[in-house]
Amino acid sequence: MLTALEWEAIQLSLRISFWAVFISLPFGVGIAWVLGRYNFPGKSFLDAFVNAPLVIPPVALGYILLVLFGRTGLFGRVLEDWLGVSLVFTWEGASLASAIVSFPLLVRSIRISVENLDQGLEKAARTLGANPIRTFFTISLPLIWPGMLAGITLAFARCVGEFGATITFASNIPGETRTLPLALYTVIEMPGGESAALRLMIFSVVLAFIALFLSEFLARRSRKKFRSN
Amino acid sequence: MINLEVEARTRLGSFNLDAEFHALGGEVTILFGRSGAGKTTVMESIAGLRNLSDGKISLGDRVLFDSCAGVNLKPERRGIGYVFQDARLFPHLTVRENLLYGRRRLTLQPYKGDFNKIIDLLDIASILSRFPSTLSGGEMQRVAIGRAFLSNPDVLLMDEPLVSLDDLRKDEILKYISQLKDIVSIPIIYVTHSVDEVLKLADKVILMSDGNVQASGTPNQVMGRPDLEPFVIDGAGGTVVDTVVDFQDKSHSLTNLAFPGGNLLVPRIDASRGTHIRVRIRSRDVALATVRPESISVLNMLGVKIVSISPPRGAVVDVVLDAKVPLRAQITQKSALELNLNEGMEVFALIKTVAVEGQEHV
Repeated sequence: MLTALEWEAIQLSLRISFWAVFISLPFGVGIAWVLGRYNFPGKSFLDAFVNAPLVIPPVALGYILLVLFGRTGLFGRVLEDWLGVSLVFTWEGASLASAIVSFPLLVRSIRISVENLDQGLEKAARTLGANPIRTFFTISLPLIWPGMLAGITLAFARCVGEFGATITFASNIPGETRTLPLALYTVIEMPGGESAALRLMIFSVVLAFIALFLSEFLARRSRKKFRSN
Repeated sequence: MINLEVEARTRLGSFNLDAEFHALGGEVTILFGRSGAGKTTVMESIAGLRNLSDGKISLGDRVLFDSCAGVNLKPERRGIGYVFQDARLFPHLTVRENLLYGRRRLTLQPYKGDFNKIIDLLDIASILSRFPSTLSGGEMQRVAIGRAFLSNPDVLLMDEPLVSLDDLRKDEILKYISQLKDIVSIPIIYVTHSVDEVLKLADKVILMSDGNVQASGTPNQVMGRPDLEPFVIDGAGGTVVDTVVDFQDKSHSLTNLAFPGGNLLVPRIDASRGTHIRVRIRSRDVALATVRPESISVLNMLGVKIVSISPPRGAVVDVVLDAKVPLRAQITQKSALELNLNEGMEVFALIKTVAVEGQEHV
């Protein structure tokens, strides 16, 4: 049913998106927690910085990454010299590009639940003998879980659709960085690629809907467990 | 017995807290006062949820806070149980999981009570597997009380636990708290601004106003003092009288209560002879007469002596009466002048309403 190339693109898209969200989730929770809970000098700057990828053109973001993580870039050289790793033109690089583009979406959803989280419940847990770490993992984290789930879904969907930053930073290499959107773009550019394009377009849409349904299912299941006020 | 010693000083904007009191194990000590008196601030300081600038708090032989010695234990290390106004049950956990949340602390010391006993006492055995969102207000508060209690605390702090409940539920929870009180040896600190709750629960009352302790003592001593009237909610002031059931007047559906100053008739109470009953006589329900009135519908009339007459407050004056126990009447200044009332005069007190407040089993 699927051609080898199509299957490759889908697998690549899923893998790149999974790692992008997986790695950025702890940072997303941390930043959302700090932004949702605390007031400090420079907060609006941090807020703007986190949200910047929403408004900067993805191609420009990709170029920024290229400058920073390229072989001669500020971080790229350090990675190359110390770890022998290069992110440019690799699927890991595509993951990094996706993570940065989707990060604001992840933070936004989680931040809303952090702001809505009743700190009185955390105080109650403390009076019951729970230290801050146990309080976080047994009370705060489960209560912001619906927001995390929404953030994860949105960010994942954004990663699957990522195009501009990926093609700029990680290029369009079959089997390495040619994700669904990049494959779609490639066949559209080719003469006579209309039917292949149609198929890839359908896969993209189906994938997006599966992600949506899955998150709706999980959200409903956690809502069933408790109605958060 | 574990006793709690509190010496709390702190400044919050223009509010200045400076309160000192102690509470004995096995007793209910009520922090009473209008909102803004600093009651919750004191509670949060004991719990370690709020920092004091100065003072000392000790619980039994443990020091929880001492500004001089630089001791400030974290809330989780203080060994307190806190019942909040709004229950604060964890919405993602079942009633059972909520109840057991604090039991981790038990690794430190063996549990003194019995889970099933508490569950039965609070009557929550049938709702253990439910989630908090499905509970009624009264059930939530009972679970909250059980949860605090099952964490094996050395002091139970209850901050207006009944404030969001209707009267019927209030009475029900008060009953549970009284029963709980009978089986524990830890101090229970209870915050309220309801006179009713003071009279039903208190062994000791700490009257707070503007961050200071105005008075402390038994409910009798504190709630009857006319000079404290301004700190108590208006019109709720009066006298508390401890009585015992003398006999039942079945034909009229009345109960006769005896106290050192005589007898009081109240609508029938279902209690046996000798049962201790605490009643409250509000000062505005007491009228005075210089001669014994004939043909009058008021049932309760006592021969009393005038101890003092307060300066007028608006149209009214407060008259303190000696009826072997202190009694107070709030009458108009005009009546006081026309009847030519003076200190030391023998008069008759006509008591319109006797509110039955609490029943203690002895």
